[in-house]
Amino acid sequence: MSLESRAATDDGGDEPDARSDAASAVGADAGDADRRADDAASVVADDLTKRYDDTLVFDGLDLSVAPGEVCCLLGPSGCGKTTLLHLLAGLEDPTDGRVEIDGEAVTGPDYRWGVVFQDPLLYPWLSVRENVEIGPRLRGEEPDPDHVDELLELVGLDGVEDADTSDLSGGMAQRASLARTLANEPEVLLLDEPFSALDQLTKMELQDELLRIVDELGVTTVFVTHDIDEAVYLGDRVAVMGPVPAGIERVESIDSETRSRGDEAFVEERAAVFEHLEAVGIQ
Amino acid sequence: MATRDRKRYGSELVGESGRLLPAVGLLGGLAVWWAVTALGSGIITNFAPAAAFAVLADLVVSPAFYDHVFVSVYRFAVALALSLTVGLPIGLVVGYFGAAEKATTVLFQFMRMISPLAWFPIAIIVFGVGTRSAVFIMFMAGVWPVVLNTAHGVATIEDDWITVGESLGGDTRALLRRVVVPAVIPDMLTGVRLSIGILWIILVPAEMLGVNTGLGYLILDARDRFAYAEIPAVMLVIGTIGFALDAAVRRLHARRTWE
Repeated sequence: MSLESRAATDDGGDEPDARSDAASAVGADAGDADRRADDAASVVADDLTKRYDDTLVFDGLDLSVAPGEVCCLLGPSGCGKTTLLHLLAGLEDPTDGRVEIDGEAVTGPDYRWGVVFQDPLLYPWLSVRENVEIGPRLRGEEPDPDHVDELLELVGLDGVEDADTSDLSGGMAQRASLARTLANEPEVLLLDEPFSALDQLTKMELQDELLRIVDELGVTTVFVTHDIDEAVYLGDRVAVMGPVPAGIERVESIDSETRSRGDEAFVEERAAVFEHLEAVGIQ
Repeated sequence: MATRDRKRYGSELVGESGRLLPAVGLLGGLAVWWAVTALGSGIITNFAPAAAFAVLADLVVSPAFYDHVFVSVYRFAVALALSLTVGLPIGLVVGYFGAAEKATTVLFQFMRMISPLAWFPIAIIVFGVGTRSAVFIMFMAGVWPVVLNTAHGVATIEDDWITVGESLGGDTRALLRRVVVPAVIPDMLTGVRLSIGILWIILVPAEMLGVNTGLGYLILDARDRFAYAEIPAVMLVIGTIGFALDAAVRRLHARRTWE
């Protein structure tokens, strides 16, 4: 299994370059995006094993995400994709193996690898703006008001910044959650099915915005989803996970430059990848 | 939900005014009070509302009466401060550490069931006659709601909120200050509100035992002076202050609760 995932990872080896070019092209008119893209970090999972009591989740799993790349972890529920994300984020410890971000071993959670969870998990005693500011505050820093303004605008929440979190719709809450994570200027963005509870229209809207934001910031992104459509639309590469304890079964590269819901080439390619994935056994 | 439905139902009956029904209730209570004292005979007629309100009118313009009010409020405030100073930290620790909770649950439930007035002889022997004994007795009653509600709040805090805080880079101290404490405040305020109610109730018997000032003392003193109408008059004052205290903390609670 680990051999196969290694081989699959290698398949996608030349893809991140294309991606970086795309990111820079977009970043050119986005001011300091280039600087941030240079800061982007790689994410490497090396021979990762996770076991809960007598359940083996995966064994000897390898994954390498290049700086600035968007990698989707796709798999049916219970395949261990969230567990993998938690290991990458340092929220859980691996039974064996190691995770490195930007060459540094991950031994626990850190603001430099920011997580967006399935539920927005905003702090209800804080306003929207205060939620976005909480990351720097938790680290003992005074949040930069201009940066917070920028983020609120980036996720389209300028105008409701003083609202109570309970007044936000699901989509708006998830935007706020994303902005809260971005306020720490993470090198890596780890997202755990963040749009799965949203209706289809909101979901599509947020997918487009996430792509725009990730392109603009050039941040390395790992995105967990059980939705093939979403994985193929968002990912430069899609790592397909099989049922426990299969781990990553193969990695598909997606041509992100033609990415558009209206682009025929992209739609065709997506259909092809779809068939491929379905053949692997994801429904 | 149920209360909201009932409220809507009530407002249909009385229009948009929310004040009418409470006034009806108060007038009803007054009518019962009047009926019991007017239709009864003998000593009970001394407690009639008309006489009580007449005495009350005299009391509220008497400076000496305010000395009693202030000393009662002072004792109440000291007992509340003590209950919070001791109860909040204990509640935080008990709620945070599972072992502390297991170690103390039975003890606290046991202590809570001993009437604070049972402490009275011990209080008198240890602290002597005076404010300190009264405050101690009130404290023994008022500290438990603070401890138990704070502990409950800490114990039931959403784990995910902590996880989010950790992943955003907060250390233990920052998490405690910025996540745990604000998350627990509504439960704390519930405890404070219950404590305030209990302290104000215990104040009266505490002041009947071993002090010669305050509203509780005034009630016994009125009896000894055969000033019977003064008893319900003082009771009205006690009720009014207690109601105001509860309303204030309830408003605070509503502002600090997000659900």
